[in-house]
Amino acid sequence: MAGERRAEVGEEIVSEALAAARAAQAPVDDIVGMEQYNSLPRRILVTYLPLAVFVFVLLFPFYWMAITAVKPNHQLTNYTDYSPFWVVGPTLEHIRYLFLETSYPGWLWNTILVSVASTVLALAASVFAAYAIERVRFTGARVTGLLIFLAYLVPPSILFIPLAFIVFQVGIFDSRLALILTYPTFLIPFCTWLLMGYFRSIPFELEESALVDGASRWQILTKVILPLAIPGLISAGIFAFTLSWNEFIYALTFISSSENKTVPVGVLTELVRGDIYEWGALMSGALIGSLPVVILYSFFVDYYVSSMTGAVKE
Amino acid sequence: MAGSSRGGLIYWLTESRNGLGLIFMLPAAVFLLCLLTYPLGLGVWLGFTDARIGREGIFVGLENYIWLFNDSVFRLSVFNTIFYTVVASVLKFGLGLWLALILNEKLPLKNFFRAIVLLPWVVPTVLSALAFWWIFDSQFSIISWVLMKWGLISAPINFLGEPWNARWSVIAANVWRGIPFVAISLLAGLQTIPQSLNEAAALDGATAWQRFRRVTLPLLTPIIAVVMTFSVLFTFTDFQLIYVLTRGGPVNATHLMATLSFQRAIPGGQLGEGAAIAVAMIPFLLAAILFSFFGLQRRRWQQGGSD
Repeated sequence: MAGERRAEVGEEIVSEALAAARAAQAPVDDIVGMEQYNSLPRRILVTYLPLAVFVFVLLFPFYWMAITAVKPNHQLTNYTDYSPFWVVGPTLEHIRYLFLETSYPGWLWNTILVSVASTVLALAASVFAAYAIERVRFTGARVTGLLIFLAYLVPPSILFIPLAFIVFQVGIFDSRLALILTYPTFLIPFCTWLLMGYFRSIPFELEESALVDGASRWQILTKVILPLAIPGLISAGIFAFTLSWNEFIYALTFISSSENKTVPVGVLTELVRGDIYEWGALMSGALIGSLPVVILYSFFVDYYVSSMTGAVKE
Repeated sequence: MAGSSRGGLIYWLTESRNGLGLIFMLPAAVFLLCLLTYPLGLGVWLGFTDARIGREGIFVGLENYIWLFNDSVFRLSVFNTIFYTVVASVLKFGLGLWLALILNEKLPLKNFFRAIVLLPWVVPTVLSALAFWWIFDSQFSIISWVLMKWGLISAPINFLGEPWNARWSVIAANVWRGIPFVAISLLAGLQTIPQSLNEAAALDGATAWQRFRRVTLPLLTPIIAVVMTFSVLFTFTDFQLIYVLTRGGPVNATHLMATLSFQRAIPGGQLGEGAAIAVAMIPFLLAAILFSFFGLQRRRWQQGGSD
């Protein structure tokens, strides 16, 4: 029913609009299409005010995290003598404690190591796979592409139990290697899918002319395609790095000793002791653990947004 | 296909489409077959066994599933998961679309807003969930403090200590984290819609609501389908937020299937039972994917047919 009605969408809009205008005799300022005709009060009410609320809500937890991280202990829960939204005499005590009296530096190092290694592994495998699916076009390339996409939809919360079983049997339980080898299971499908989209945008003619000039497949890949695909590789790499940095459930399941933990797992399992929450240390741990991805993100925000939207548009 | 001589094989592997395809696909395929396909099958198998940590189980048929079916905690977790997914997805969609529409307007500092809005999505979930844990603290919650200051409530809200409070609190945190993804993706979709369509509709006298309902929304439907499929999938299998904020408590009120599966399998040691819970998620996931994908896809087809 709705589908048929949409067939005459133009007429319907006109007739509905006319009926509405006749019925209501309302001021007609809201039927103007172009934004510049919207009055300023209206724009404030409809656009700026909601935007301000959105930005406030989306950013407040970070502000709260940051302000707690530098608050001296006596101000942390004393809301009567000190305004909770501000800090008098910020301190680096929590951060000092974090770096000198906990295993935090080790967790940071583990997270960097695991993220970089699994990103490199995943990128190497994905570049070849994406190129093969998109450009070599072997028999069954379409189906393989679809399977890769389906592989991305398999959530880690279904896989972690059997993977723990495998990791245990292989004998790499409680080692960084376990994470380096399991993270590519979600990185490869993602990177391959992203790079496939990227390779698709490189004109065939470039490859063909290289082929005519006598280049081998390998030369075409390394001398023609890869240099052109560098922006795609960068965004795939940033995404993969961020995804591995943020990974939690595998790291929680496969790692038991403190010196092998990653930042998210370490902060949660080691800094929370009993009933005494050291909020200052916890929040500085969260803040510093977030900084690397935020910095990376801020440098490559354009790559990030465009490849994210690009991946969605597929 | 392959040459009879050794040289022929090398030639086949390096120059023919299928040979080269095989070589290039090999690293990714080995990884995914060994660490994705095999574990998936192993997980289904483990669900039929009584495996424990450090002990290979024996086949027990449907025992785990029958046991789970009669387990009130499991049934509660199914309810929680569905409730969590439906409410959080609807809110993420509504608020995300709203934010996308705002960001699609002419704004000063547009790129800046787009960049900062995406922050909750970039920061590791566990670490932002810790901030929410602190914001939801039973005694020193900043939200309670502000509400008390304004005289709206007289005692701090026990955000994570009461079943329904806890459910709404974790949903709020999940929505907070999910809005940026939905908004930025839908914004990308909005920008592919030609402004001329909106202007034409406006000249024909369409109101803002009619332009949104009859022009923008139909053209956005394909992207909505993809984005919401992903969103539903990630919400349904969510683990991190719950694990940080409540660990399934109070009295299992926020246990999702993923957290229950973890709790039974890893600290509890019942690998078989945990695997069965994880496997029980698969039909729901498939249903959710099919529903959100085909449900929205069909409408696009209708529109395509009517154009």
